Amino acid sequence: MPNKSAGRRNSRPCRSVLYIPGNNPSMLQHAPVFGADGVLLDLEDSVQGREKDAALRLVSHFVRDTDFGNVIVTVRVNGADTPWFERDLEEIVPARPDAIRIPKCHSPESIGHADKIIGQLEKKHGLVPGSVKIHAMLETALGIERAYDIAAASERVEALTLGGQDLTADMGVQKTRDGVELMYARGRVVMAAKALSKLAFDTVWTDLNDADGLANEAKLAVQMGFSGKAAIHPSQVEVINEAYRPNPKELRRAFRIVEAADIAEREGKGVVSVEGRMVDAPVVTRAYSLIELGRLYGINKEADL
Amino acid sequence: MLERKAQAGTLESSDCLVMVEPSASPKFEYGGQNAAIYRRRVLGIIEEIAARYDGTASVRIEDHGAVEMTLRARIETAFERASGKE
Repeated sequence: MPNKSAGRRNSRPCRSVLYIPGNNPSMLQHAPVFGADGVLLDLEDSVQGREKDAALRLVSHFVRDTDFGNVIVTVRVNGADTPWFERDLEEIVPARPDAIRIPKCHSPESIGHADKIIGQLEKKHGLVPGSVKIHAMLETALGIERAYDIAAASERVEALTLGGQDLTADMGVQKTRDGVELMYARGRVVMAAKALSKLAFDTVWTDLNDADGLANEAKLAVQMGFSGKAAIHPSQVEVINEAYRPNPKELRRAFRIVEAADIAEREGKGVVSVEGRMVDAPVVTRAYSLIELGRLYGINKEADL
Repeated sequence: MLERKAQAGTLESSDCLVMVEPSASPKFEYGGQNAAIYRRRVLGIIEEIAARYDGTASVRIEDHGAVEMTLRARIETAFERASGKE
């Protein structure tokens, strides 16, 4: 097997991340069953100021006591520039979500600040240091331009996520259907994440009546190298998951590459060759992750194709 | 210390509305579709949470099918708000 030192969650595909409003018990109690690989319980934009306390209490109980199975659990807290930020972290970190999504990250210092508080809380509550990850949300021009430094600011940063709504507003442009205005930001976020072997998540598609638009944008996200895309409604999850379905031809080749790699390893050969051609190590790694992805679609062996 | 009348939650499906106010003696009123089935369990949760505060409370709950996590969260929030901490 290739080196999986990137961590357990990095090897578990997370194609779709569904936003769940933090003050909505009905959505929260169904969070694990919408088919999303990850859920994002939101304390920020979907919760009004006077209900912040109620949502925080609700989300912390749900994160503590719900069996989410394989679903990756992320909580979006309020920004560091709000009066709720530290209280959110104090309540959510001990509930042990997989990650905390921090909105409006402008600088490596903002990550350093959150990292320090989360680290102190892990210590206080006896959690493994570094176990609660940070997903840094980049949604300002400044944040995008500092993407690499933000991702590199702490080991705890597991993913960069693009916030297209706020970003287009900050740029003073309209979010359009083909998303040309976000191309640079998408490229920048993905490349910064890849350069540091971290995950990258694409922004939401807001028009619930335009499933074709969502499908196109999800395909673009796949093509550009995003690990996954956010969904704002359960109906979007399947469209996003479908966009990640591996190409059968490519998957067939992946099975052959992996088979050849296994043989090469058994025979103690350093070089993997398929159909007479040498295959480089990154290609073998990609073949393994493609096969892992295929499993999510019920494809476990070449004959399933 | 409970200082004021406060409420938390909503009347939406899978939620509950909790109203708490300081009172001379503990009172509990519980309404909603499942009121007959879950009354004792809910009373237990209220007693557990109320014990964290000085003074006695009158608690009224309108339950629209909240699971235990939701009930706990709403009751805690109502008590926090009534105690003036929020």
